[in-house]
Amino acid sequence: MKENLLLFACFFAGILLGNLDAVPQLIITPQLPSLLLMLLVLQVGLGFGADAGLRDTIRSLRPSMVLLPLFTICGTLLFAALGALVPGSRSLTECLAVGSGFGYYSLSSVLIADLYVPHLGPQAAAELAAVALLANVIREMCTLFGLPLFARWCGRLAPISAAGINSMDVCLPGIVRYVADGFRLVPMAILHGLVLEVSVPILIGIFSKL
Amino acid sequence: MFRIFFILLTGVGAGYLLRHTRVERHAQRGVRITICTLLFVFGASIGADHEMLRNLAFLGRQATVIALLSVVGSLLAGFAAQRLLFRKEVKR
Repeated sequence: MKENLLLFACFFAGILLGNLDAVPQLIITPQLPSLLLMLLVLQVGLGFGADAGLRDTIRSLRPSMVLLPLFTICGTLLFAALGALVPGSRSLTECLAVGSGFGYYSLSSVLIADLYVPHLGPQAAAELAAVALLANVIREMCTLFGLPLFARWCGRLAPISAAGINSMDVCLPGIVRYVADGFRLVPMAILHGLVLEVSVPILIGIFSKL
Repeated sequence: MFRIFFILLTGVGAGYLLRHTRVERHAQRGVRITICTLLFVFGASIGADHEMLRNLAFLGRQATVIALLSVVGSLLAGFAAQRLLFRKEVKR
């Protein structure tokens, strides 16, 4: 819990200092997050490779594990579609496209800003892209901070599903830490993230045509 | 995507080769520091976008609705997947 508060504090300190224009331009370059993400993935890989139980984990990979991301996609889209029923919300296909980010805020918002221009015009497309960015950040934050609770309440796979794409990077350390015997789930969590990552451009592409 | 996958594999390979050193502990600490940095940087880029902050209340409400529904839907999906598919494998 103390660690989660630290994460919150870092995030809000960032917003505050960013809003006061107190951070150097270098920090808000678009390349920096992806560099940090690469560093994170490298470190996750190092920890995973050095773990003594690695061989057992690789042996535990099963073809049926591909089904988990399919469950995640169906669950996410079914419920995201309900968003269209909420007053003042987005249309059905827009809700579905935003939901199709699966927590991948950078890619989903860029894709939506691009693919929705013929449909909505540049201004409205940028607005929908901002909604996608926020929704997927919120999803990531919810999972990052809620992981210990999700693991306790909903079983061992639900945290992976809720993390979406982030099951393979940002949320992976939390999955290892808070889910019972979490290291054994690392291959499944990575596979889950990879399958969802491929599905983001495909699904957003489809929904932007509808 | 392939770049991320490649980096991950490189890390796993290097970690495996270095498994008799203290690399695992260093990597775990590094992960925590990197996540904090990432969140700070992300917060800073939101905070620096004044236009977005001004519209945040309106767009944020729409985003929150979709995000929370997505999380609930995927939690139920993960719960269902565990019940239906992985009962044996996922059991401790």
